Amino acid sequence: MEAKIEVRNLNLYYGANHALKNVIMDIPAKEITAFIGPSGCGKSTFLKTLNRMNDLVDGVRIEGKITLDGEDIYGSGVDTTLLRKRVGMVFQQPNPFPMSIYDNVAYGPRIHGLKNRARLNEIVEASLKGAAIFDEVKDRLNKSALGLSGGQQQRLCIARALAVKPDVLLMDEPTSALDPISTLKIEELMSELKEKYTVAIVTHNMQQAARIADNTAFFLVGEMIEMDRTDVLFSRPSDKRTEDYITGRFG
Amino acid sequence: MEKVLPLLKNMSRSKNAHSYKSITNGSKSRSIIERLMECIFTICGLSAVAAVAAITIYMIISGTPAIFKVGIAKMLLGTDWAPTAAEPSFGIAWIVLTSVIGTAASIVIGVPVGLMTAIFMSEVADKKVAGIVKPAVELLAGIPSIVYGLLGLLIINPIMGAAEKALFADSKTHVMNGGANLISAVLVLAIMILPTVINVSETSLRAVPVSIRQASLALGATKIQTIFGVTVPAAKSGIITAVVLGIGRAVGEAMAIVLVSGNTVNIPLPFNSVRFLTTGIVSEMGYASGLHREALFTIGLVLFVFIMIINVVINGIMEGGGRNE
Repeated sequence: MEAKIEVRNLNLYYGANHALKNVIMDIPAKEITAFIGPSGCGKSTFLKTLNRMNDLVDGVRIEGKITLDGEDIYGSGVDTTLLRKRVGMVFQQPNPFPMSIYDNVAYGPRIHGLKNRARLNEIVEASLKGAAIFDEVKDRLNKSALGLSGGQQQRLCIARALAVKPDVLLMDEPTSALDPISTLKIEELMSELKEKYTVAIVTHNMQQAARIADNTAFFLVGEMIEMDRTDVLFSRPSDKRTEDYITGRFG
Repeated sequence: MEKVLPLLKNMSRSKNAHSYKSITNGSKSRSIIERLMECIFTICGLSAVAAVAAITIYMIISGTPAIFKVGIAKMLLGTDWAPTAAEPSFGIAWIVLTSVIGTAASIVIGVPVGLMTAIFMSEVADKKVAGIVKPAVELLAGIPSIVYGLLGLLIINPIMGAAEKALFADSKTHVMNGGANLISAVLVLAIMILPTVINVSETSLRAVPVSIRQASLALGATKIQTIFGVTVPAAKSGIITAVVLGIGRAVGEAMAIVLVSGNTVNIPLPFNSVRFLTTGIVSEMGYASGLHREALFTIGLVLFVFIMIINVVINGIMEGGGRNE
């Protein structure tokens, strides 16, 4: 399987705190890769190194190398806006902008310079369809996005991320704030998304990882303990700590 | 055991001696204090309403006679203000227009500067720099308005005077005023409204959740795109409130501008000496009598109506903003 993202010897420090230790990973293209582990294990921090959202944190220091299609994303001359256009992100809490549903989705294409109304309409519709929410909102595109339910807001946020046409979609516990039915819808959606996008998802729900992910990586106190095909990792983990965690002995 | 038994007996006896306290007859004095405090709160609350009602009634009673005596059209549309002439004339059109234009211009200058300062403090500056700018802005809010006037007199008027001399050297119609003109008043007002605009907009910008800023950055927006595309629109209702509060402050200000505006009634052109609604009252009330005095009250009534309209607008916006959230 071809690797979309290659991570080599990644170390991350928050001040004196060594938050990620020598992580090495290949994230395969057009598959879902899940990061699991107990709270504070660094899985979210790791996800945010992939689109450089950690750059915004004060006192953060990153060493090592991450390449996206062979290009070093921490190299000199990298434009983070271009990187983030290709590596989209969906957050733990649905965070729609306080504007209309249409404007939420059109925001990305607009900031990247698209003004043509007809073209914007196409992108908005395609993105909402891609996030399986178009039918629910097509009659109220000009209404505020804040009037949607939590699950709808999260799918809108996915649509918003899709609208800038990324290759990679990072999801940081996207269903942890949602009810089971909304969660199911988003899980179904993710299985469709992997046909076009490389998806990396952080989840503290092991069943979710088992249900949707092709590959799963287990993190513990800043270390990536092991990564394998999901069925292998959950049935025949090679590391004792992984086995203890997935069998519920801690975490 | 023998030592304990009498103790136990004692306890049970004392329990019988004290029957349980009834819950029906509480302390009289406590309930009186409760009622008294309620009365005091109510009186205090009503006194604010009474003050507004009294001011409204008084302004209408004292402000309307001149309107009827002079004629509403003659007064509001008349441009000639000569209250002490042999044939007195009470046209306040230029005065009203001066207040409107002066306020609008100070808003046009003060709001962008104030908003940019607020953005700088909440979005751009690091904590150290913001820690210097914020107290400075708060200090600006505490300076008495007359001091702004004095500074305008010392700094802005001479500059305007020099500009006036250069621009109107050959003019036969322009009356020289040494820089005491509309522009000077507008600049002083613009600086005066800054603290209001900055503080209210900064508070509303800071109230915008970090999560939506992150959402914008994660879509590949730059910092500036995020500020103007997401953060400022999300803080819109607070920023509008800042503008309206700024208008309220500017339209009601007298002391700062009476020193720098020249204070003669003229059409409000940039380099003309002008009189505002507020400064008109301040400068003439001392010696006015009869119809002149009543006309000054009418000016007060006009100002009062202005401020009432602005307040209604503020309330409308606040409610509208509340509904959005």
